[in-house]
Amino acid sequence: MAEQVIVCKELTKRFGDFYAVNNITFEVTKGEIFGFLGANGAGKTTAMRILCGLSFPTSGTATVAGFDVYHQQDQIKRNIGYMSQKFSLYENLTVLENIEFYGGVYGLSRQVIKERSNELIRTLGLEREAKKLVGELPLGWKQKLAFSVAIFHRPQIVFLDEPTGGVDPVTRRQFWDMIYEAAATGITVFVTTHYMDEAEYCNRVTIMVDGKIEALDAPQALKQRFQAENMEEVFYQLARSAKRSSD
Amino acid sequence: MDAVVLDGITKTYAGGKILAVDNVSLTVKPGELFGLIGPDGAGKTSIFRMLTTLLLADKGTATVQGLDVVKDYRQIRKILGYMPGKFSLYQDLTVHENLTFFATLFGTTIEENYDIIRDIYEQLKPFSDRRAGKLSGGMKQKLALCCALIHKPEVLFLDEPTTGVDVVSRREFWDILARLKNMGITILVSTPYMDEASLCERIALIQAGSIMQIDTPDKIVHSYPVRLYAAKSANIYGLLKDMRDNAAVESCFAFGEYLHLTMKQDKGNAVADLEAFARQKGHTGIAVKEISPGIEDTFIRLMNQKNQ
Repeated sequence: MAEQVIVCKELTKRFGDFYAVNNITFEVTKGEIFGFLGANGAGKTTAMRILCGLSFPTSGTATVAGFDVYHQQDQIKRNIGYMSQKFSLYENLTVLENIEFYGGVYGLSRQVIKERSNELIRTLGLEREAKKLVGELPLGWKQKLAFSVAIFHRPQIVFLDEPTGGVDPVTRRQFWDMIYEAAATGITVFVTTHYMDEAEYCNRVTIMVDGKIEALDAPQALKQRFQAENMEEVFYQLARSAKRSSD
Repeated sequence: MDAVVLDGITKTYAGGKILAVDNVSLTVKPGELFGLIGPDGAGKTSIFRMLTTLLLADKGTATVQGLDVVKDYRQIRKILGYMPGKFSLYQDLTVHENLTFFATLFGTTIEENYDIIRDIYEQLKPFSDRRAGKLSGGMKQKLALCCALIHKPEVLFLDEPTTGVDVVSRREFWDILARLKNMGITILVSTPYMDEASLCERIALIQAGSIMQIDTPDKIVHSYPVRLYAAKSANIYGLLKDMRDNAAVESCFAFGEYLHLTMKQDKGNAVADLEAFARQKGHTGIAVKEISPGIEDTFIRLMNQKNQ
């Protein structure tokens, strides 16, 4: 059987009498590109925060990379990578300094950091920019660098929270090339996006509505079930019945 | 008279080192719904800020309703509505207080122009005593639009109103824009979502500070100069890599379920050729067809031409 790197069972997060995440159950397989979609306020961010070891659930169980979300938050953090649209890179550090900094945070040795950062800068074609401040890089490059930094410590899973917001259509696709490559090396990719064409690039997609998972399947299967031409239509059919909206 | 005119507008930052807007000229007709389509950093916000008299151009001239953005800035501010990309209302005031505040600034009342905002404001009413900072993203967006409309502007400037908003709220928002247009308000809206381009009457595709094309969405896609093909197989990423290595293929990009391809030399048998190539590479579940291009196809092609 394929290895499950995220196992969520009846996971619930309640704030007072508000069920931000309401009894969700799913599994993510190693090396999978898993799309996590939902309307604004459906509970995606809350669920992701639990899976990243940043917030405790109210009830239910979940393991991430084999570690328990109640008792092993530190181990979870060591075994995942995270990138969001709001850059986690330091604009006033150079490209190389950013890489070294994150390598250090994740406890890699100086030797490993040196080897991998040279390799990374070569792969990204950033040789001439290595000593430039990140703040001077174009948006597309920052994004690619942010992703590379998020997987620099070779995590089992990388969480991407709307990673492609605002970039041009070519850069957006180059970014997905990087996602595919990471998945091919066995890194599991857990990604949220508002671009419905990107939902098609995922192996499987969940759509959350009002705290619950309303659909979970391969894009092709979802389109068939909802007799929709594309994922946007599937999403629209499911999400338009949503009662709540927030961020 | 055109509602908005930009003539050779250039804007640089950091003492001329960063070219944000590069010699942009365009006109928006009265009552038109006009879209500025481009990614972050294309210069959209700079253009909006110059038209709303908040920023001075280095070169060129611009008018709104015939008024000069530099000389006549006081009059312009009375007749335009502006919704910036960043939420800019008072977070500590309630929904109702924010709206009253903006109405008062323009010497009017909520009641006087209620017709314009009724459809939108009715949805906000249950929350009228809630502080703006505690509203959801979609609700903030609607309140910001109400505040931009409360003085009954002649021209409405909306800077990325739908960025980061889900598909359902985005459709709702565009329905609202269509209604405002029917009331005769001229609307200039920007968006990074190419699929929203078709909802505008005319659009400008903008990239790295300059305009690549201006026309109706229909004409823009019809101007696509070559035939476009869509291909898929069971292993789409493998197919993408193989097609990029195919010497006969000019360009190949992922588009949702399919790849979109153009050929270096199209002799009319591309569908069969691409199918045969995919089979030879061992792909299964192959499908290839000729398709009509969309705005995003056009955008990518123009972008690549410009970069060459």
